[in-house]
Formats: sequence, structure tokens, C-alpha cells
Amino acid sequence: MTLVRTAAAAALLAFAPAAPAGDPIKVGALLAITGPASFLGAPEARTLAMVAEELNARGGVGGRRLELVVKDTGGSPEKAVSLARQLIEEEQVFAIIGPSTSGETLAVKSLAEEEGTLLLSLAAAEVIVNPVTPHVFKVAPQDRFAAEMIFRRMKAAGITRIGFLSSNTGFGKAGKEQVEKLAPGYGIELAVSEVYDKAATDLTAEVTKLRAAGVQAILNWSTEPAQAIVIKNARQMGMTVPIFQSHGFANVQYAAAAGAAADGVIFPASRLVVADSLPASDPQKAVLESYKKAYEARYREEVSTFGGHAWDALMILARAIEQGGADPARARSAIERIQGFVGTAGVFHFSPTDHNGLGLDAFELIAVKRGRFVPLGP
Amino acid sequence: MTLELFLQYLVAGLTYGSVYAVVAIGFNIVYNASGVINFAQGEFVMLGGMTAASLSRVLPLPLAVAGAVAATAAVGALVELAFVRWLTRPSLLRLVVITIGVAILLREAALAVWGEGVRSLPYFSGTEVSAFALGGVRVSPQVLWVLGTTAATVALLGLFFGHTMLGWEMRACAANRDAAALCGIPTRRLLTLSFALAAAIGALAGCVVSPLSYTSYSMGEGLAVKGFTVAILGGLGNSSGAVAAGLVLGVLESLSVSLWPTAYKDVVALTALLGILSLRPSGLFGSREASRLREPA
Repeated sequence: MTLVRTAAAAALLAFAPAAPAGDPIKVGALLAITGPASFLGAPEARTLAMVAEELNARGGVGGRRLELVVKDTGGSPEKAVSLARQLIEEEQVFAIIGPSTSGETLAVKSLAEEEGTLLLSLAAAEVIVNPVTPHVFKVAPQDRFAAEMIFRRMKAAGITRIGFLSSNTGFGKAGKEQVEKLAPGYGIELAVSEVYDKAATDLTAEVTKLRAAGVQAILNWSTEPAQAIVIKNARQMGMTVPIFQSHGFANVQYAAAAGAAADGVIFPASRLVVADSLPASDPQKAVLESYKKAYEARYREEVSTFGGHAWDALMILARAIEQGGADPARARSAIERIQGFVGTAGVFHFSPTDHNGLGLDAFELIAVKRGRFVPLGP
Repeated sequence: MTLELFLQYLVAGLTYGSVYAVVAIGFNIVYNASGVINFAQGEFVMLGGMTAASLSRVLPLPLAVAGAVAATAAVGALVELAFVRWLTRPSLLRLVVITIGVAILLREAALAVWGEGVRSLPYFSGTEVSAFALGGVRVSPQVLWVLGTTAATVALLGLFFGHTMLGWEMRACAANRDAAALCGIPTRRLLTLSFALAAAIGALAGCVVSPLSYTSYSMGEGLAVKGFTVAILGGLGNSSGAVAAGLVLGVLESLSVSLWPTAYKDVVALTALLGILSLRPSGLFGSREASRLREPA
């Protein structure tokens, strides 16, 4: 009887996928799951949980189970720093994914370098990886690409005088810097440039100022609900000029929140938000559709590009561990050698001088049509 | 600045000023009945908006708003029953800490129930883009709902406190709790009622502003700070003072945007607050008596 049971168990084992053995690899995550940037952190946290589960079900990474240690920063840079310390010193994590926002990442960056901990930021600001530092990578496309995509479009439409609004967050500040730097090159003048509070609930006064300045278009750079409020306030006031948004707008929730007012809003975003309408020849289509399907089936909400960044970060880390081994220094240089990795934000080509790995083609200009995102085309 | 632009800024300022005012009135009602500054007032606004947004999926809008107001009033009453009523001779500081604790509790509960996303009610009339022109000024119909609701709330509260027995009892309770109790007024029950009333008014404000500014679980904190500022500025306990102060603060903020970068908006507003308070410590319209932070009897 015992023999039969043992034999049965052995037979079962032979057919079961190899269970991850050895100590788990601990991966820390610093995400703004709550607070004003929660629409970044929450889908990121959900995505990480999902991807880690999938990887472990397939036998882990390099034969070892992946263990996530997720910390909620609430979007606060101060909290991010102390939680990063906790992850590094107490949890002794292999690497950290996050933080979600640029402000938090910049606050944590020097700590990661001091401790030699691999950091894969999910935030957009260019300064995160420019200048390049050995241990800090980021998987979200550069702000500069977004600004250039927008300005190209404006230039083609003959727009030369715009009103610029941004929020007082790391994302807003970094965007403002790029916009102010790049606008003159496209012959575009910022007639008004206003910074509003991230918790703003009404921007009628700011929009009135843009109207008074007689701008030809509005460009808003933020990630908070305020970006939907800007649109409503402008349209209610009867302004009909085109409205451009940053890649922070790539969450269909905001288009829905602005309702009819959002029609015609143009913004750059990664192809994830228009995965359905991509041609079959698109190299990212398969990855995008499989992530979208898995996420939406599991969490019953629409995917956002931000969750996609978490997918990219964990998959890139997994690839690096598989190629370089579970040694932080070797995994670090393995990332620098990753070429042609198809992720949700684009196709990544890392190098020792490029810790972002994405190009201008990571973005596609997208327009809002009746509450849906559609590719704008060339 | 042209007259038209000035008026446009004015309307913007009046809109958020009236929201500040409604939050401040909630502070005042509870303060008058109990001497407590209820820092969970902003959370009542949030609960109202959130509940109505959820109810509006299955109920017509007026019923959803009514349901949200009733539900939030019940929460307000429960807060008083659970956290305030059983205290015998609590210190003012302790009460303040309790209300801050309640605010955090409600905020986290809302996060657990509704998640971190933003929600909004549909526009009560018209859509996101509709607006009508008053002279050269374009105003969203929802702005009129906000202004109208504030005006109606103030008028009804005036009638309630001035012309009903219950209102008189609440005022008696505010003037001198011990004497009111000696006259047979059920002071404890009135305290519960004051929390429920403040919660209901907050919830109503949360519903009317929801289409304009959206509702999210974390909105209460900022509103409480602005509402408290306005309550102090108008004179604690004085509801028409709160309306005037709210409108003044809203318009100040809006006009400051027209002249200086937006970043200085709160600086201008708070400088005005400090200036007024140093000249008139009891607020613009407060009496010396009402502004005295007294230990609740």
C-alpha cells in the first residue's frame, strides 16, 4: 500500500512542472498604491502580483521562487526613502521595482546607488537615467519623447502659441522642464505657463488666464484628476482650441471622467491602450494582448500603461536573472545587455549608456473618441 | 483685465468659495451644539459623493442623492454615538484627536470599499460641455446647482434655527448646556442630531460638487482644511459669516490666479486669513463670545 502510494507520488512528481527549489528571490516594490498617484501604483501592484504568480507557476525565475515584498509609499518621496531603506536593510531584497512617481524615484536614487541595489523605476522623468548611474534603470518612456511627439503634431497643425499647465509633482516639474526646453525648437511659444496644486479640484481661474492670453492650444502635464478637470473647465468656458495631454493621460478612467468634453483630446501613449486596433504585424501586439487579457480577466478593470510598466520591469528583471544568474552585480550587467526585449511600453534595447532602452517610437499619438482611445495615425 | 474676464474669475471664485462655505457650515453646526471642531467633516463630504456615485448606477439621480445624504447622516449619528457620547467630561484636545481619528477611519474605510479611483456623478442638468452665457461669462449649469444648494442650505438652516422648536433647543444647548438640560432639553440627543445634520449637509455638498471636481476617497482632508479656515475666518459658529468668508476666500484665490502664478494661490489666501485674524481675532463676523474656545461642559 505504502509502495503504491510512493510510486503514485513519484509518477505525479515526474509529470508536474519542476517546483521552484531553493531560497526564494526577494524582489521589493515601492509603489504609490494609495494617495494622489494611486492610479499609478494600484494597477502596478496588481500587475506585479499577477506576473509573479505566473512566473512562479511556470517554475520561478532561474529555478527559484520569486517573492514580492510590496510597500505602499502613498506617493510621498519621504516615505519612499524610508521604505527603500527598510527593503534594503531589513528585507535585504535582490532588487527594487519602483517607485511609481518621478519625485519618489529621484529621492530614492542616491540611496540605491550608495547601497548598490538594483532599482527599476516605473516613472517617466528623464533625469532618472540621465546622467546614467550604474544601478538605476527605468522602464517608462522618457518625457522628452512625449513632448517631441506633441510638438511635432502642433507644428504640423500650424500651432505656434500655446498655454501650458502642469501640476506641482515630480512628473509635472520634469515635464515642464522638457516642454520649456523643447518648445522653441519647434517654433512654439508658451504664452502662459502655470503650475497648479496636485489636489486641485477646479481650474476655471487658470483656464480663464489661458483664454485671456488667446492661446491656440492647451497642453496639460499631470497625472492627477486635475487633467480631466482642465478639459471640462476649458470646454465649459467655450474654449474650442485643441487640448493636448501628456502620457499621464493614458488611463481611460480620465477620458471617461471628462465625458463629452474629452472628445478630441490628443496625447502620446504606449500602444497598450490601443492594443485592439493595432495591425497584426506590430511586434508588440502579442505581448500587449496577452497582458491586457490576463489583467482584465483577473481584475475586471481596464489595463493602463502604468500597470504595463510594472509588467516590463519584472519581466526584464526575470530575464536578467535568468541570463546573469541570481547575483545582483551579474543581473545588473545582464540588463545592460538586453536587446530587442518586447515589452508593453515598446521594444527595449539597453546599453551601458542607455538605462531606459526605449526610443521615440515607444509612443503613438492617441485621440479620444466618445470615451475610447483610438490611434491618431501619422 | 476686461470686465468680462473679471466676471469669469469671479464666478470661478464663487463656485469653490461656496463649497468651502458649506463645509464650514458643517463645522459650525457641530461646534455650536458641542464645542467640538469635527475634523471628520471633510470625510462626510467625501462619503456623500462616493455613496451617491455608487447609488446612481441603480437609482435615478435624485433618489441616489437623497439616499447618500440619508446614509451619511446615519454615519454622522453613529460617529457621535460610538465615539463622543460615552465620554464624560472629555477635554477639548481629546475630542479633536478623536475626530481626526474618525476622519482617518472613514478615509481608510472608503479606500477599502471604493478603491483609489475617482468617481463622479453625472451633471444634474446638461453635460460636461454645456454652459450658458451670462453676459460674456460662460457658466456651467452645475455651478448654479452648487451656488443654489449653498443658498438653500443657509436659508433652510436659518429657518430651522430661528423658527422651529428643535432649532431653538439646539441653540439653547449651544448657549448653555447645563441650563438647557435643566429646562428638560435632551442635550445628548441633540448632540447626536447635530452630527447627523452636519453630515447630511456635508454629503449634499459632496453630491453637488462631484460632477465638477470628482470624488475620491482622499478628498476630505483638503476640504476640511479649507472649510476650517473659512469657519475661523467667518467666526466660529456663525453660519452666515461662514458663507461670506467662504465666498471671500474663493474670490481671493481666483483673483490671485489672475495676477500671479497659481502656485501663490494658497499663500494669498492664508496671508489674508492671518491679516484678518490679527486685526479681528474673532473672525470677520464672529462675536468675541462665540470665538472663545471653551471646554465643553
